[in-house]
Amino acid sequence: MSVILQTSELWRTFGGVAAVAGVNFELREGELRCLIGANGAGKSTFFKMLTGQLKPTSGRITLYGKDITHLPSFAIARMGVGIKTQVPNLFNGLSVRENLLVAARFRMPSTLAAEAADAMLERIHMTEQKDVLAGSLAHGHRQWVELGMILINDPKLVLLDEPAAGMTAGEVERTISLLESMRGKRSFIIVEHDMHFIRRIAERVTVFHRGRVLVEDTMEEIVRNVEVRDAYLGQHGREAR
Amino acid sequence: MIELARPGFWITAVTAAVLVLIIPLVTEVYTLYNLTVFAVLAMLALSLGLVWGIGGILALGQSAFFGIGAYVYALISVNLADSTLAVPAAMLAPLLVAVLIGYFTFFGRISDVYFAVISLTIPLILLSLINSASGPAYQFGKAHLGGYNGIPGVPPLNIPFDPSAVLSFEGMYYVSALLLLLVYLILRVLVASRFGRVVEAVRENELRAELLGYDARYYKLGVFCIGAAIAGLAGALYAAWGASVGPTVFSLSFTAQAVVWVLFGGLGTLLGPIVGCFLVQGLSTWLGSVSRISPEIALGLLFIIAVLLVPNGIVPSLRDRLKSTFVRGGRI
Repeated sequence: MSVILQTSELWRTFGGVAAVAGVNFELREGELRCLIGANGAGKSTFFKMLTGQLKPTSGRITLYGKDITHLPSFAIARMGVGIKTQVPNLFNGLSVRENLLVAARFRMPSTLAAEAADAMLERIHMTEQKDVLAGSLAHGHRQWVELGMILINDPKLVLLDEPAAGMTAGEVERTISLLESMRGKRSFIIVEHDMHFIRRIAERVTVFHRGRVLVEDTMEEIVRNVEVRDAYLGQHGREAR
Repeated sequence: MIELARPGFWITAVTAAVLVLIIPLVTEVYTLYNLTVFAVLAMLALSLGLVWGIGGILALGQSAFFGIGAYVYALISVNLADSTLAVPAAMLAPLLVAVLIGYFTFFGRISDVYFAVISLTIPLILLSLINSASGPAYQFGKAHLGGYNGIPGVPPLNIPFDPSAVLSFEGMYYVSALLLLLVYLILRVLVASRFGRVVEAVRENELRAELLGYDARYYKLGVFCIGAAIAGLAGALYAAWGASVGPTVFSLSFTAQAVVWVLFGGLGTLLGPIVGCFLVQGLSTWLGSVSRISPEIALGLLFIIAVLLVPNGIVPSLRDRLKSTFVRGGRI
């Protein structure tokens, strides 16, 4: 599998603090990579640089061989990248269906977009709430609508920042099933805190610590890694074993 | 073109057109005179309603485009003694100014609050500029800017390419009212189109729109420019209606009035600004005629009461009440 996304010596500093300090990272086509790390480890800053929401202080990001380091978010999205932010970003004044329609209309004519929106409503189990304003939805449902908006355009690369946050156990299970159904067909980078979720879906895991990549390995090896346990998993890690 | 397939759109169009045509038959000249200027001002309100209510761009200085349109119409029509080219020029000039302002602000990622302040300074700069433009250097052909006194003797509208066929008093009413209706209907189609839906989406969440691949800057610039052109058209009609134009069109009180019309009628709707303008201006005119209470004080009180009782504006409040009674779709 070829490398589709690569970062080289990526830095981002805020004043004198290096939130991301020289990260070298590669993602292969069809891979599902999870990023974990304690709060302040730099994973969200890294994620925001990948999605064009933050500009790196130095370093380079390439996607499909093209330098995207200084591209704005919309240009990165147009390269077939679906982006879900940490806090669900929806069009609160529009209904659930209208949210999906706006997303679909980027690539489709109106009739196809309407069909795609209705199909996605079923896929995310929200047909009954299609006319509800997105702003009045519960957090878990907002996560689902945002996932639907991303997936409706069939992205090649999906970047998800904490997709399971605020979901009930049942909703997490449905999210896992959704991701499993797409495994191998798309590439994923998932930033997540929920270790249960990570253990269920992760192939390889990248652990961030103090702005750097501490280790990259399978989940089983990550849990056994003493450095990781000390830096991140701590008591939870020992319990998990 | 989804909107054109809705029966409600055509029912509204026909009903409003019939109303416009009937009114002169049942009203006196003074009322018609007032309704003409209300329709013109409602077009300004509609332009602000589009830019602010639909596009989410708080253009506090929307009246600047109205004033530019009025002055451009006056300068050209005085020189040519013909309104044929003056009207499109009055739309084009504010549109070009909007392109410039919009380019530097939207592409410069100026935040909403700063944009509102920048926008508000534009009519005030123009007010100062026009007030001081009374010297001989400000003579443009047969027209003189006139400083504080403005430009008198602005020709009325005429049949295109026939300067001798000047519109009558009633003709001016029909043109103003029907143009208001036409602009309203066009904007309904626009808002229901892909462009309009994305503009609303950008208003709701600019980051999400960009993460979906939409370049929000172009959509904001687009809706801002359309609003400017409509305000310019209203300005041209205003100058033609009053046969003069003065720097008061750039004053703070005038630009604030437009904000009040939109808020009073209902932000986020197209009908709201029109209704708000007609009600506020109608009441203001009536209070002025009865001379019982200062119109400014009465309108201030009315505005406070309206904000407390119908904070979303009259039209959205009525719409919500109707919706709760009869479940139905479609945009008002």
